[in-house]
Amino acid sequence: MIDQLKYEIEEKPVFCSGHNACPGCGEALAIRYILNTMGSNTIAVIPPSCIAIISGHQPYSSMRIPTYQTTLEASAASATGMKRSLIRQGRGDVNILVIAGDGGTYDIGIQSLSGAAERNEDMVYVCLDNEGYMNTGSQKSGSTPYLASTSSTPGGKPTEKKDIAEIMAAHRVPYVATATIGYPDDLARKVAKARDMKGMRFIVCLTPCLAGWGIPDDAAVRVSRLAVETGFFPLYEVEDGEHYTINRGHTGLPVERYLETQRRFKHLDPDQIATLQGQVEHKWALLQARTKLECEPHPEYLTR
Amino acid sequence: MSMDTSNITVTSGQSCMPPVQEGDTRMLLTGNHAVAYGAMLARPQVVPIYPITPQTPIAEKISDLQLSGEFDVDLMTAESEHSAMCACVTASLTGVRVFTATASQGLLLMHEMLHYAAGARAPIVMAEVNRTLGSPWGFWPDQSDSLSQRDTSWIQYYCESGQESLDTVIQAFKVAEQVNLPAMVVHEAFYISHALEPVVVPSQERVDRYLPPFNPEHRLDPLINESWGAVVNQDMYYRHRKELTESMALVAERSIQADAEYQELFGRSYGIIERYRMDDADLAIVGFGAMCGTSRVAVDALRAAGLQVGLLKIKLFNPFPTEHVRAAIAGIPKLMVIERNVSPGIGGVLAQTLKANLYGMKDAPTVHSYLAGVGGLNVPSRLIEELAKKAMADEPVAESLWQR
Ligand SMILES: Cc1ncc(C[n+]2csc(CCOP(=O)(O)OP(=O)(O)O)c2C)c(N)n1
Ligand code: SF4
Ligand SMILES: [Mg+2]
Repeated sequence: MIDQLKYEIEEKPVFCSGHNACPGCGEALAIRYILNTMGSNTIAVIPPSCIAIISGHQPYSSMRIPTYQTTLEASAASATGMKRSLIRQGRGDVNILVIAGDGGTYDIGIQSLSGAAERNEDMVYVCLDNEGYMNTGSQKSGSTPYLASTSSTPGGKPTEKKDIAEIMAAHRVPYVATATIGYPDDLARKVAKARDMKGMRFIVCLTPCLAGWGIPDDAAVRVSRLAVETGFFPLYEVEDGEHYTINRGHTGLPVERYLETQRRFKHLDPDQIATLQGQVEHKWALLQARTKLECEPHPEYLTR
Repeated sequence: MSMDTSNITVTSGQSCMPPVQEGDTRMLLTGNHAVAYGAMLARPQVVPIYPITPQTPIAEKISDLQLSGEFDVDLMTAESEHSAMCACVTASLTGVRVFTATASQGLLLMHEMLHYAAGARAPIVMAEVNRTLGSPWGFWPDQSDSLSQRDTSWIQYYCESGQESLDTVIQAFKVAEQVNLPAMVVHEAFYISHALEPVVVPSQERVDRYLPPFNPEHRLDPLINESWGAVVNQDMYYRHRKELTESMALVAERSIQADAEYQELFGRSYGIIERYRMDDADLAIVGFGAMCGTSRVAVDALRAAGLQVGLLKIKLFNPFPTEHVRAAIAGIPKLMVIERNVSPGIGGVLAQTLKANLYGMKDAPTVHSYLAGVGGLNVPSRLIEELAKKAMADEPVAESLWQR
């Protein structure tokens, strides 16, 4: 693939062991690389989600930084108030990091996220995408894939997954990236890159959930790699809404290799699997086409 | 407005020409513009705000003052009131003074965050302009919006003039920051928000002497490493709520003190309640907000006609100043509440709250409850006089009666 950078992960001791995640949880692994890359000069904003549980119950914390737990729809707005307050106090160097679930990002939180993106507020916003409302018992979210079974769509979700990376890119924010725990070097590199930029930086990180997806407790990393290799969840970056870089993606592996690892897709018949294969091919082709859509900036147009 | 000051035990600031002191400026301002000046003088660092009629002149004036360089503030143009309040909470918890303003639907959209702000002990001050709630749509003065937020643990002050609102914004910061609770400064649409009045804008130097910089002991800061909002167990939740309630219990005395200090420095004072011509009264009119001005006129007319009627203005509505109200009405056999709001199923919210606070009082007065001016209907002095005569003649009934 295009950008196979060798990246040495540098971890600072921010995330602690002994947290409350299910053993083998994809979110917990993601949180480790995100926090340990962001470092200690950071305040984390966390909405209700499994992340909030993982971060600990008062007075305990699994994170050696201040955390603020906000309401489900409010992460980006909460981060905004914090950063603006710090800037007024001459403390603009403090990183503001949102770690929110897909429910808190794609659905109920999209208004505040879109508002903050439009204003290009200064934050790193990481969405830990486990494709459902896991904290409340694995209901579907706007991120749940087409046909996946959830506790609120037991017969399979009748609609497609929203494309949050494209939604954010359409706001022309400085940085949008997709990542997953199966490629921790890629994840850590993207977090470090985002950390060192200004304005709205958005990363959506696929984090398999054991209970919600129906996978064994040693499978999260393997399944997350299959999501990339089958083209179900390609890894890419978008700068200023238009400069696309694909890091990893479809290797030609059939999507069935990914689907068969998870209970939420167990009910699919061959026709449905073929439909999903077609979707993956189409979206993969679209993404590749976007990387070729480079155009010279208009001389009168000032980018951020 | 005629005023018999001999009967006022808590001095009123509602005179037509407020006194001017050195460094002050007398300006002709709408109630909302007066609020914007009050906010500027309090020096908030961050103002997250979202426009809604009839609050908009507050937001616009703050924008103008910021553009002209008079008001050094980060004005955050949020994409909704909900987000504006979210940003208020975190800006406050991160250590700066915060102001915002809203009305009606905007206040309701904030509802979840109002509870959150109080729970987080963020001393935000918010101006709230009373306007009817949809549906159906209306733009009229009606207190149902702020009263429906009574139980969100916000301090609520009700004002009856632009001057009072300006002064109360400054006082509210003083109180809120002592008890770590958010405060709402409420006035009604149009009657106050858009009416022009002469207003004294105090000097910055004196306001700075009154209101020290905000410097909270606890804050979100990597150098301090304290957190807020994580899940608590039942015992811890109980303790949080109990502490919040205990802080709320300090508000009445702190407000009186803040008002007395204000009187010393600025020569204006309002009290948390006001007794107007209450001595030997057979009936006390109880009200809040804009209707108090008209009620004073009605009281004067009734007294002139030989009827012993007074007015008790409730300025601090939440926490309800039970002991102060009981002391103010001791010996008066009848109260008549007139109010511009309704909670269907309950009636007038002030009447309900008042009755609850009289329970168990020895020789408690009877309470007549009238819903007047709901939806912004005009309530002239004549109507208040008629209702007072009616209340004096009638036996009390449990429900609130609709009147126009
Ligand atoms: C306004 C509001 N509605 C509903 C909830 C209940 N709730 C808590 S967490 C959650 C789902 C979160 O899903 P997601 O953001 O994907 O995080 P995950 O649990 O999957 O990590 C819901 C619906 C809430 N806290 N607030
Ligand atoms: S339910 Fe899923 S996302 Fe939540 S902690 Fe367990 S494995 Fe992780
Ligand atoms: Mg989720």
